[in-house]
Amino acid sequence: MNDINIFLILAWVVFTIITLGGALGVVTTRNLFRGTIWLMVSLFGVAGYYVLLEAPFLAAVQVLVYIGAIAILFTFAVMLTRSLTQLTDRYNRPIANVVGAVLLFVLLMVGVILPIWFTNEPVDPAIINAQVQDTRDLGEALVSKDGFVIPFEVVSLLLTAAMIGAIVIAREVEEDEKGKRA
Amino acid sequence: MDCVALCQVVQSLGVADPSLARFIGLLIAVVLVSGVPLLTVVFLILAERKIAARIQDRIGPNRVGPYGLLQTVADLLKLLGKEDITPAAADRVLYNAAPLISFASVVLIWAVIPFMYAANEPGAVVGVDLDIGVLYFVAVASLGTLAIMTAGWASNNKYALLGAFRVVALLVSYEIPLVFALLIPVMFAGSMSMVDIIEAQSHMWFIFMAPLATFLFFISSQAETGRAPFDLIEAESELVAGFNIEYSGMKFGMFFAAEFLHVFTNGILLAILYMGGYLGFLYQVFPPIGFLWLGLKGTIFYFISLWLRNTLPRLRIDQVMGFNWFFLVPVSILNVILTALILKLMQLAGWAPTDMANSSLIGMLPITIVLLAKDVIMIVMIMGRVALEGREARAAEQRLNDDLLVTAAGD
Amino acid sequence: MEVLSNWAFIGVFLILAPIFPALPILAATALRPSKPNVLKSQTYECGVETVGDTWVQFRVQYYIYGLVFLVFDVEMVLLFPWAVAYNDLDLFAFGAGFLFIFLLADALIYAWKKDVLVWK
Repeated sequence: MNDINIFLILAWVVFTIITLGGALGVVTTRNLFRGTIWLMVSLFGVAGYYVLLEAPFLAAVQVLVYIGAIAILFTFAVMLTRSLTQLTDRYNRPIANVVGAVLLFVLLMVGVILPIWFTNEPVDPAIINAQVQDTRDLGEALVSKDGFVIPFEVVSLLLTAAMIGAIVIAREVEEDEKGKRA
Repeated sequence: MDCVALCQVVQSLGVADPSLARFIGLLIAVVLVSGVPLLTVVFLILAERKIAARIQDRIGPNRVGPYGLLQTVADLLKLLGKEDITPAAADRVLYNAAPLISFASVVLIWAVIPFMYAANEPGAVVGVDLDIGVLYFVAVASLGTLAIMTAGWASNNKYALLGAFRVVALLVSYEIPLVFALLIPVMFAGSMSMVDIIEAQSHMWFIFMAPLATFLFFISSQAETGRAPFDLIEAESELVAGFNIEYSGMKFGMFFAAEFLHVFTNGILLAILYMGGYLGFLYQVFPPIGFLWLGLKGTIFYFISLWLRNTLPRLRIDQVMGFNWFFLVPVSILNVILTALILKLMQLAGWAPTDMANSSLIGMLPITIVLLAKDVIMIVMIMGRVALEGREARAAEQRLNDDLLVTAAGD
Repeated sequence: MEVLSNWAFIGVFLILAPIFPALPILAATALRPSKPNVLKSQTYECGVETVGDTWVQFRVQYYIYGLVFLVFDVEMVLLFPWAVAYNDLDLFAFGAGFLFIFLLADALIYAWKKDVLVWK
C-alpha cells in the first residue's frame, strides 16, 4: 500500500498548487479575462480534490457546472464591460486588506477547522470503502421519502426563482437598451 | 498493488520497480488509446473531402497517392510550412493554448470509449471504464467551449470576439437537449458507465426503444460540433468573422482537425449509446470484429452527417436558436418525462425488465413496442403542430401579399 | 482504490492530451519561415486599420442564454443520479423527478412567453 500513498500525496500536492495558485492568480492579475481563466484553473484543482476523495461524480459536476457554465457566464459578463485590460487601483488599501485577510483566516481556523481537526480517529480504509456510496445511492437518496426529496424539490424551486428573477432583470436592461437606441 | 497487463510487459522488459513499471504502463496505454483518434483524423479529412466531392458531382482529391490517400499528409506538410502570424496585441499564452485545449478536449473523450468485448473485469477493451462515463463526456465537451472563448478573446480582434460569443451561445444552448437525450440510455441501463450501457443493449438496441432520443442526440451533436446546417461557425470563418480568424498555419490546422475528430467522436458515441457499440454478430467469440462493428456504426453516422452538410443550406443564428429553444428543449424534456413514466409503469406491472443487461429479447419486446408507439405518437403530434403553424404562417403571408396586390392594383 | 487508479489514467491523459497537438505546432516552428513585419502583425479587419478599442456592444441576449443554460445544467446534473437509480425505484421516484422537471419547465415557459429566448 505504500507506493499508493506516495502517489496520493503527490496528487494532493499537485492539486493544492493548482487550486491555490489559481486563486492567487485571480486576485493578482490586472487583466479581467485572465482572472477568469485563473478562476477556471482553480476550480479544476477543486475537481481534482473531489477525485481524490473518491467522489468522481462531484468532480464531473464541478467541471460541468462551474467551469462549463458559471465561468462561461463570468466571461460573458467580463467581456461585455469596457476597459478590461487595465484595472484602476480604486480599492488598493494594503493595510486594511492584510488585516482583513488575517482576521478572516483566524476566524475560519478557530471557528471551523480547529474544533474538528483532531476529533476524527484514523479509520481503516476498508471500512470507509465499504460505506462509500456511489451515484446510484445518491440517486436513491435524492428521491426517497425519508431521504432528501424535499431539499431536491426545494432546489428546483430555487432554480426556478433564480431563472425568473434574472429574466426580469434582463428584460429591464433590454428595455433600457432599446430606449437608448431609439 | 498488483500489476496488470501492460505493467507486466514493461516489467518483463527489465524495469524492476513496480510503481515505475505501472506508470510507464499507464503512459503506453494512454498513447495507444489516443493513437486511435489521431490516426483516424488523417483518414477522416480525406473521407470528408471525397464524399463531399461525390455529392457535389465531382471526384475530389485523387492526385496525391493512390486515390488521393496521401492528400492529408500533403496538407499536413503544407500547413507545417506556413508562416505563423501572431497578431501583435494578442495575449500570447492564451493565444497559443486555445488550439491545444480545443484538440485536447476531443481526444480526452476517447479515454472512456470501449473498443471491443473483453472477457475479464471491465468487460471491454477500454481506456478506463469510469463509473461516470457519460457525465465525463459531457464535462470534457464543455471544455471545448472554453477553448473557443479563449481563442476569440486572445486574438484581440473584435470580429473574432463577436464570432466567439455567438459560437459559445450556440454551443451552450445546444448542450441542453444533448444532455437530456443522454438521460435516456442512462435511465435504461441504470448506470453512467459506457460499458454498462453497451451491455444493457445486448438484447435490444436503444435506438429501437428511443428513436426520438437518438434523433435529438444526433441533431444536438451536429450543432455542438458546428456541422451543417448549423455551420454558422464555419461560415463565419469564411466570412472573415470567425473566432479563428487570426490563427494561421499549424494552429489553425489543430482547430480544423479537432472539429473533424469531434464529429467522428460524436458518431462513435451515438453508436455506443444507442446502437450497441461493439455488439453485433460474433462479438464475443472473436472480439476484434466488435471493433469493426463499432467503426461501421460510427461511420454510418459520420456519413449521414457529411450528407446533411453537403445538402442542406445554412441556417441563420435566430433560426438556429429558435429551433433549439422552441423545439428541441421542450421535446427533449417531454421525451424524458414520458419515457420515465412508461418505463416505470411497465416495470411495476412486470412487463419491462429492471435489469436490461440480464433480460432477454422476448422480455424486452413489450417495452420496446410501447416506447416506439410513444415516439411515433409524439413525432406525429409535433409534426402536425409544426405543419399547422407553417400553414398558418404561409396563409398570413399570402393574405399580406393579397392586400399589397389589391392596394397596388387599385392605383 | 481501483477507482483512483482509473483516474490516474485520466490524469496522465490530461497531461498528454495537450502535448499531442503541441508536437506538430512545435515541429512547425522549426520548419516554417518567420518574417514578421508590422503590417502582417496587425489585427485583421477586412483590410482596413482597426478603429477604437477592442470591445463588443453589450447584448443581453448572450447573458440570458448563458443563464438559462446554467439553470438547466444544474437541473440535468441533479437528474443524472435520479436516472441512474431509476430502475430500482418506485412510482414515487417518478413523481419526484416529474415535479422537479415540471417546475423548471415552468420557468422555461415563462421565459418563452416573455419573448426572452428569441435572438433579435
